[in-house]
Amino acid sequence: MLRSSEAGGVVYSRLIAKEGDESTYELFIGPQHPASGHMRFIVRLEGDIIVSVDPDIGYVHRTMEKLAEGREVIKSIPLLERMTIIDSHNVTLGLVRALEKLLDVEPPPRARYLRTLLSEINRIASHLYGMGIAGIMLNHSTMFMWAFGDREVWIQLAEDLSGSRLTHTYSVPGGVRRDLPQGFADKAEKAIRYMEKRLRDYMAIFLDNPQVRARYEGVGVLRKSEASRLGIVGPNLRASGIRYDARLAEDYAAYSELEFEVPVREEGDALARMLVRVEEIKQSMSIIRQVLRKIPDGPFFSEKYLRLLPPPLREQVAKTGRVKFPGVFASLKLPEGDAVSRVEMGHGEIFYHVTGNGSTKPYRLRVVTPSFRNVILFRYLMPGHRFMDFPAIYGSLDYFPPEADR
Amino acid sequence: MSGAEPVSLVEQKLREKGFEAAAARGVVKVRATPDRLRELAEETVNLGFDHLASVEGVDWPQEGVVEVVYHAESYREDLRGVLVEIRVRVPRDDPKLPSLIDVWPNAILLERETWEMLGVVFEGNPDLRRLLLPPDWSGPPPLRKDFKVVEEGTYVEVE
Repeated sequence: MLRSSEAGGVVYSRLIAKEGDESTYELFIGPQHPASGHMRFIVRLEGDIIVSVDPDIGYVHRTMEKLAEGREVIKSIPLLERMTIIDSHNVTLGLVRALEKLLDVEPPPRARYLRTLLSEINRIASHLYGMGIAGIMLNHSTMFMWAFGDREVWIQLAEDLSGSRLTHTYSVPGGVRRDLPQGFADKAEKAIRYMEKRLRDYMAIFLDNPQVRARYEGVGVLRKSEASRLGIVGPNLRASGIRYDARLAEDYAAYSELEFEVPVREEGDALARMLVRVEEIKQSMSIIRQVLRKIPDGPFFSEKYLRLLPPPLREQVAKTGRVKFPGVFASLKLPEGDAVSRVEMGHGEIFYHVTGNGSTKPYRLRVVTPSFRNVILFRYLMPGHRFMDFPAIYGSLDYFPPEADR
Repeated sequence: MSGAEPVSLVEQKLREKGFEAAAARGVVKVRATPDRLRELAEETVNLGFDHLASVEGVDWPQEGVVEVVYHAESYREDLRGVLVEIRVRVPRDDPKLPSLIDVWPNAILLERETWEMLGVVFEGNPDLRRLLLPPDWSGPPPLRKDFKVVEEGTYVEVE
């Protein structure tokens, strides 16, 4: 049934894990290996040419879809943000958008800007993580240590805003949990100026380094038609020449009111994927500047739900700029019906489909993460390359195993 | 949502081919029967929705069916705000559907997950192996409603 021809731009035979005969060498990498993350690859080699790669995901599977069906829907926000802990606000924003569509509530303008702010801080931190890991996979430990050190700057900004370093649980249906703290704009401006200087350093030591270029240039080329047919998402897609971003496709947060470019490159190789990430960090910083300049005054939580709070609590919210949830919020009933939403994470587009049946728990909560959609690239891009290209391609894909596993 | 116009255009084109389609909030919802699924999928690809965002299963034990839901999306500028949702119902005790990996190549892993989690057999997918669960896992498919999650108490008793 599978055609090995190039129908629709995809070589189907490359998608199938091959067994091979006695001349192929079977190599198991992971699941506890510094270069594999928490996943296992079954790589089949002929000499040092890769014949096929079978990504064996599932090592950190935590059955999040099933667990989410068993609890009140508001509790699935802190549950699901654990799947991409390095990018936790973007992960849950999709769920919150889907719930808002289902519950028919809109966040006030200030909340939409605050969501954008934390999303972009998370995106920068996520890209720095990816670039650091890509560095260590090429044995470039300076890049790894620099990127992880500089990530701290953005994590602290996120902590200032939301109160926690990694699992922010910032967006909730109807708005955000906390208002903008005082003096945040100055801190953010300082961080942006620091990062602009550091990005030049990164280019000099890593991406303009001739040895790194030799490992990345022309390696793991994904053509435009293939990227589209395989449903690749995120920087990996845009490095292949397709200008698609869920921030443009889906109307969420304040992106329709802000100006930003979607960086696109035509080459589709590992280097292009890395350079797209660098450009996206610059764009994110520009978005943060715009948000802090343009952010409107007003409530940060929807009037519809504020009315559920008892009066003393409502006063407290206005005074402190923080929402403390009463029990009634945890028993929000999901109406019958379903809602979908798509949100752009650092790794790419995340897809949510929530089905409600009138109870407090979702009847079915489906999530497809960007890493799960990109995992097909291991099968597709690797065959034909030398084994030494494996870590280079893997690093450039910015794959995050816990996210694919859920 | 980038304009209601492409949504109604897609809806109209699928209706012309004789499928029940309804559009709401940027999603074109289509129902199909298992024997017409492939035809509908090919039609959707021809309209520009050349890859899947998701394949999922929803279990409805009272009605005795598992509903398989496909969401197809497009990277084309004019269609990027639109999703096509295809729902197919299969009997719960013998859930079988044709595999769509030659229509949407990225269904290969998504179908594998739905097979594992809801027990829907995709005939023609050469790769139906365990994906997320351990290889020695047994019991009913875990995303069916008759599979109950056993939760540990707050205190774990030490023997």
